[in-house]
Amino acid sequence: MKLELKGVSYIYDPLASKVKKAVDDVSLTIEKGQFVGLVGHTGSGKSTLAQLLNGLVKPTAGQVLLDGQDVHAKGFPLKTLRQRVGLVFQYPEYQLFEENVLKDVCFGPKNLGLPRAEQIEKAKKALRLVGMEENLYDNSPFDLSGGERRRAAIAGVLAMEPDILVLDEPTAGLDPAGRDEILSQIARLCKEEGIGVVLISHSMEDVAAYTERMLVMDHGKLCFDDAPREVFRHVEELESMGLSAPQVTYIVRKLNERGFALPDDLLTVEEAKDAILKAIMK
Amino acid sequence: MAIIEIQKLTHEYKEYDEENREREVVRALSDVNLNIEEGSFVVILGHNGSGKSTLAKHVNALLMPTEGAVYVCGKNTAEEADSWKIRKDAGMIFQNPDNQIIGNVVEEDVAFGPENVGVPQDELSERVAMALEKAGMEAFRMESPNRLSGGQKQRVAVAGILALKPKCILMDEPTAMLDPSGRREVLNTVHELNRKEGITVLLITHYMEEAVRADRVIVMDEGHPVMDGTPKEIFARVDELKEYHMTVPCVTELAYELKKAGVALPDGILTKDELADALLKAREDSKEQSGADKA
Amino acid sequence: MIRDITLGQYYDADSVIHKLDPRVKLAFTIIYIVSLYVGNTVWTFLGAAAFLCVVIALTKVPVRFMLRGMKSILVLLIISALFNLFLVSGEPLIQWKFITITKEGVRMAGLMIVRLILLVMGTSLMTLTATPNELTDGLEKSLSFLKIFRIPVHAFGMMMNIALRFIPILIREVQQIMKAQEARGADFESGGLIKKAKAMVPLLIPLFVSAFRRANDLAQAMEARCYHGDEGRTKLHPLKYQKRDLIAYLILLLYLGAMIAQAVLIR
Repeated sequence: MKLELKGVSYIYDPLASKVKKAVDDVSLTIEKGQFVGLVGHTGSGKSTLAQLLNGLVKPTAGQVLLDGQDVHAKGFPLKTLRQRVGLVFQYPEYQLFEENVLKDVCFGPKNLGLPRAEQIEKAKKALRLVGMEENLYDNSPFDLSGGERRRAAIAGVLAMEPDILVLDEPTAGLDPAGRDEILSQIARLCKEEGIGVVLISHSMEDVAAYTERMLVMDHGKLCFDDAPREVFRHVEELESMGLSAPQVTYIVRKLNERGFALPDDLLTVEEAKDAILKAIMK
Repeated sequence: MAIIEIQKLTHEYKEYDEENREREVVRALSDVNLNIEEGSFVVILGHNGSGKSTLAKHVNALLMPTEGAVYVCGKNTAEEADSWKIRKDAGMIFQNPDNQIIGNVVEEDVAFGPENVGVPQDELSERVAMALEKAGMEAFRMESPNRLSGGQKQRVAVAGILALKPKCILMDEPTAMLDPSGRREVLNTVHELNRKEGITVLLITHYMEEAVRADRVIVMDEGHPVMDGTPKEIFARVDELKEYHMTVPCVTELAYELKKAGVALPDGILTKDELADALLKAREDSKEQSGADKA
Repeated sequence: MIRDITLGQYYDADSVIHKLDPRVKLAFTIIYIVSLYVGNTVWTFLGAAAFLCVVIALTKVPVRFMLRGMKSILVLLIISALFNLFLVSGEPLIQWKFITITKEGVRMAGLMIVRLILLVMGTSLMTLTATPNELTDGLEKSLSFLKIFRIPVHAFGMMMNIALRFIPILIREVQQIMKAQEARGADFESGGLIKKAKAMVPLLIPLFVSAFRRANDLAQAMEARCYHGDEGRTKLHPLKYQKRDLIAYLILLLYLGAMIAQAVLIR
């Protein structure tokens, strides 16, 4: 399973007097099992890119290839793409509509035309994956807490058993405990289920802590596509794009200014702790 | 002087099942006692459902106490006749930027509050200009709110409150739906208002970083305050915070981990410089120590 | 983009007409419609067209912009012209099989087209030169006499205002929910009428839930900002007649008088 963008551009309103490319000549490949972070300032084109990945918008130029096949070619079933590349929008709980959680999660499998028993089986599996307690399956989605609703909505996409899952700021608006819970569950999906994950996030800490590869968008262009450790070496460039490095990077910089000689590519509290201990105790 | 006095405040609401029968009584706040000093910047932390939003709504007279009382500038929120005066003195900003802007043009929205309390027409325009300037939004006076970013919309909401000349601003997770730059924008604006205008700020948030610059931090859990102190005091108690499902700012977390690993650091480190100072000292000490060992 | 949608079709320009009180524009619209029906002669329409041309010139709205609005009523124009052409009885002009076109029919069809064009252009001037907000204000103020019948005119005005503010937001929300459901394999396009109607459920329920949530939030925010109806309420830009508004009213009355006069005198 391989999803490939080849020279993809997207223009919202091609007839507008000032043509603005929301996505500008982006090429990249995403494979199963990868945990990819996608960052960019608001309006940088990252949400449009996410929608290009599962065919919700059609590129103005370039191709989207699923295992080498052009998904916008005549006769290619878009439903297949939507099933294999799941997309979880921002505040996905606003899309819940069924009378109970289980039925809502069945919506995706049902749209794929699966028999009833299989729908339920897949829905239950998805709900287990997001850690939903079984006694909540029959509850109305509107009776759940904010974090539970969010997880139910993510299960709604997972139930389609995608190979790649794209999540647009899945932790927005949650409290710290809710944020940690969702992120660790997503990490588990990637590790244990082998699902490829594209995580859109504003939190550089999360990207540094969870992802193995990082995409940076700015003005519709893909500016970086590398391991977070490499990307975060370019702090100044990131800042000029309205982004930043993880807090730890700044702390380490400050310490080095004050006379320490710590490595400059530390990203997490854990790494910084070990380096500092080494520096002090030697 | 205390601008907000909360005495033995309890708030209960009833949940109903589908047949409209009472299912259970939920206690959102129980026996809360708090005084907020005039001119202070107070941050309230707490996980979802800890009762912090309910508390803010009480201060704005949007909810009535089940038991106990809330006084804002000496006025009891239970007195319905005083509720506009209270809302004028203690304005409230909500989480969703879109759902609190009423006007179709920025200036119309900012004027909405003063219009409601009957500020004379020749003074209205001045008030709008003053409020927009203080919120740093004067360039957007004639814009449609739909064209603004989330951070800008929240600053319009702040201006809408400022136009009522409040003594206190209550903010219920005003940054939860914003991106990092929008968050900084809003935070800087309210800090400046607190510093320059002496407006009391009560900020409810999930972001620990936003608590670092406060005068006082209160942690809520299960309907009442469980921790209360300066940021330094609160963030020194990392284990306790974690028990309440809270995190700590990154610098504090690092200092805490180092301390656990045996580095002699003081509690409650909040800034990079504090950490650098403390670590330099620790390094000196450990050198002396090892020097002494060798000798 | 969706957020640039303005309701109506306001054209921003710095003209005398734009500066007029919205109530004058409402009055203009009513008087202009009446004037189109006072007579049926060529003179009536010449007069109305001349007056309209002067007003359009004053608005500084480009004619191109005005004509764009005409496209949408083209079909209506053709249909009503055809109706008149074929169905009005009178002195036959052309007769072919069962189709008869009469002299009166041609005349009526012609008048109909001219009247409709003038009507649409005349009424669109109101929405072109006044923002929806101004019109709401104007309407609220003009109808405020209804308050003595206990009709909550202010509340209706406030509702209009809020609707204007939230319609673009809700349109954007519909698109978002639609995309989110499509990402779950929903299909809003194929199938018959019943299948399509059924497919709307996953769209409509979240939309209603969200609209209610927004309404709830907004009500609270309004209350927090001391809203309590129009009792003791002041306004940032209250509608106040200026000299130019009075002159405009005078011109409107003169125009109406002249139109009635010509209709009575020239038969």
